[in-house]
Amino acid sequence: MSVATQDTAIRTGRIARAMIYLVLVLFALFYVLPLYVMAVNSVKPLSEITGGGMMALPEVWTIEPWLKAWSTAQIGVEPTGLRPYFWNSISMVVPAVAISTVLGALNGYVLTKWRFRWDTILFGLMLFACFIPFQIVLIPMAAVLGFLGLAGSTSGLVLVHVVYGIGFSTLYFRNYYAVFPTELVRAAQIDGAGFFQIFWRILLPSSGPISVVCIIWQFTNIWNDFLFGASFASGDGAPMTVALNNLVQSSTGVKEYNVHFAGAILAALPTLLVYIVAGRYFVRGLMAGSVKG
Amino acid sequence: MGFLDIDNATKSYGAVEVLHRVDISVEEGEFLVLVGPSGCGKSTLLNMIAGLEEISSGEIRIKDAVMNGVHPSKRNIAMVFQSYALYPNMTVGQNITFGLEMHGVPKGERETAMAEVAKLLQIEQLLDRKPGQLSGGQRQRVAMGRALVRNPDVFLFDEPLSNLDAKLRVDMRTEIKKLHQKLGTTIVYVTHDQIEAMTLSTRIAVMNGGYVQQLGTPKEIYDTPANLFVATFMGSPSMNLIPVRVRTEGNAVYAVTQNSQGQEISLTFFQPSDRLRSYDGQEIILGIRPEALTDVEGADQRSAHVERLENMVAVTEPAGSDTFVTTTLGGAECVARMRSDADVVAGKQTVFAVNMEKAVVFDPTTEQRIL
Ligand SMILES: Nc1ncnc2c1ncn2[C@@H]1O[C@H](COP(=O)(O)OP(=O)(O)O)[C@@H](O)[C@H]1O
Ligand SMILES: [Mg+2]
Repeated sequence: MSVATQDTAIRTGRIARAMIYLVLVLFALFYVLPLYVMAVNSVKPLSEITGGGMMALPEVWTIEPWLKAWSTAQIGVEPTGLRPYFWNSISMVVPAVAISTVLGALNGYVLTKWRFRWDTILFGLMLFACFIPFQIVLIPMAAVLGFLGLAGSTSGLVLVHVVYGIGFSTLYFRNYYAVFPTELVRAAQIDGAGFFQIFWRILLPSSGPISVVCIIWQFTNIWNDFLFGASFASGDGAPMTVALNNLVQSSTGVKEYNVHFAGAILAALPTLLVYIVAGRYFVRGLMAGSVKG
Repeated sequence: MGFLDIDNATKSYGAVEVLHRVDISVEEGEFLVLVGPSGCGKSTLLNMIAGLEEISSGEIRIKDAVMNGVHPSKRNIAMVFQSYALYPNMTVGQNITFGLEMHGVPKGERETAMAEVAKLLQIEQLLDRKPGQLSGGQRQRVAMGRALVRNPDVFLFDEPLSNLDAKLRVDMRTEIKKLHQKLGTTIVYVTHDQIEAMTLSTRIAVMNGGYVQQLGTPKEIYDTPANLFVATFMGSPSMNLIPVRVRTEGNAVYAVTQNSQGQEISLTFFQPSDRLRSYDGQEIILGIRPEALTDVEGADQRSAHVERLENMVAVTEPAGSDTFVTTTLGGAECVARMRSDADVVAGKQTVFAVNMEKAVVFDPTTEQRIL
């Protein structure tokens, strides 16, 4: 009797397990499908795509579309490819991520270890920044950038992204530092360390996981941003996302789908790379704040 | 003027006053223990000495220099925290020398000082490890090393042993005491553990509700507690408190109460004061430590005045070195500490010896000791 029940228990376990795997595999296929389509079609001659057979593997393999997308495709007026815009994005993302992360860390440090009157209210207001829709600030932001003489420049875009990013980076670091033992800060004070020395020597060395979280988050958001790029950067100064849009929209005559696919993958590569390199720290960092006391 | 003066120091958070006019003067080389239940303001007072909390009113002076508003690093104090607060990213060696580095001491001198302290605390083999790789006792040593290396005027300890297991706690307690005797430094030590307070201190400040209840040597605190709080907080098992009525007959003063059968019994006071006489006919509280309520053979032979009474034994608890005997006097449950081989049986009558020389009395309304 008891043997029989055990037997069925195991068997239903196996069936359930098989079902779970089946569903998971289906989902995985579903998610990977767009990437597959993009990848396959970016290495086909255009004729193979227009002849139908989006799903088929290429008959003739070619990297021509990639080269074209990168360096010779018509974007805007000049046939420059995406290359200059890629560097535009890099020179926007790197300082914007660095500045917003450092400022977020400093904010988190002050908000948790150098408490002052109204600090929670201030933090609440900063959190608010995370929820303001981009569209609302477009016009005031344009006015401010014009006033500062930064309209249409990469520095202007960096400023916009830093301002928007501080809300999130502050949130990350504040929550992380809230569980960082205050006694360490007090010990360092007695040892004679100053405000920045404590930050630099005591807190930052223990901030690896949360820094990775913050950097991934900011990098992905800023790199993928389209609206600010399209609104505040002009022509040659446009970031990758805007350039990709121009590539797809502005090609005269035939739509070169293979080039578009290659361009889209190029535009997505850096964020993909960041995830692959630092992804495991991302999960670990997200957990750290909640679990470790 | 002492070495460390706490002069009418008060601490308020907003409208709430958590420390009320604390007045303590510590001499050089003293080991002062602040003891009291959790939340009584011990850490707050210690942090005020350290400069980690502002002083709301009053003054704190170290070597006659006023410390109000002086930065913690400029007070020449060192502190050992309950969590040890070792910098997790630094090695033990770096932890110990960090303070010297911040004070601009050249590298050569830092190394010498570190080697000296490491030798003293026997942590030489740990210098290259990170705090995460150390046991609790080792961390404790490193935390003390970090404090010692600065050669401060005053050492501050905030419950340094409460994260250790019982055995290690006793060992480290002895070690701290040895260290104090060897180095002769001035120490202010916070604990909620009255045994730690008794064993370590040269003087104790018993605190409760933000007030210093009594300041005195361990013996003064133990033998002549200023009020009921101190009497019950210090000592384990705590002091027996028996409701009695005062009766004077000529020169003699008696404490009248009931035995476990409810019959009236009386104990003669030893050298009663005039204050006590003035309570004639009134209810007071008689305080007797468990070791002053014992079997006849175990009674203090040098005591000038031991009374005997026969009473019912409720429970016996043999504890190896002693036997604790529970009995009822004046309706209150009392614990007597008898010799381990005292001949007592639960449920039987036995003769108790009461050392009246050690008895103390309290006013039940003010809760203060009647002098
Ligand atoms: N930052 C603070 N704000 C308000 N009240 C506080 C603060 N820190 C401590 N207190 C209060 O002060 C009292 C004493 O605290 P503390 O000195 O930590 O007690 P303990 O004797 O356990 O070390 C407690 O009642 C506590 O609630
Ligand atoms: Mg405390």
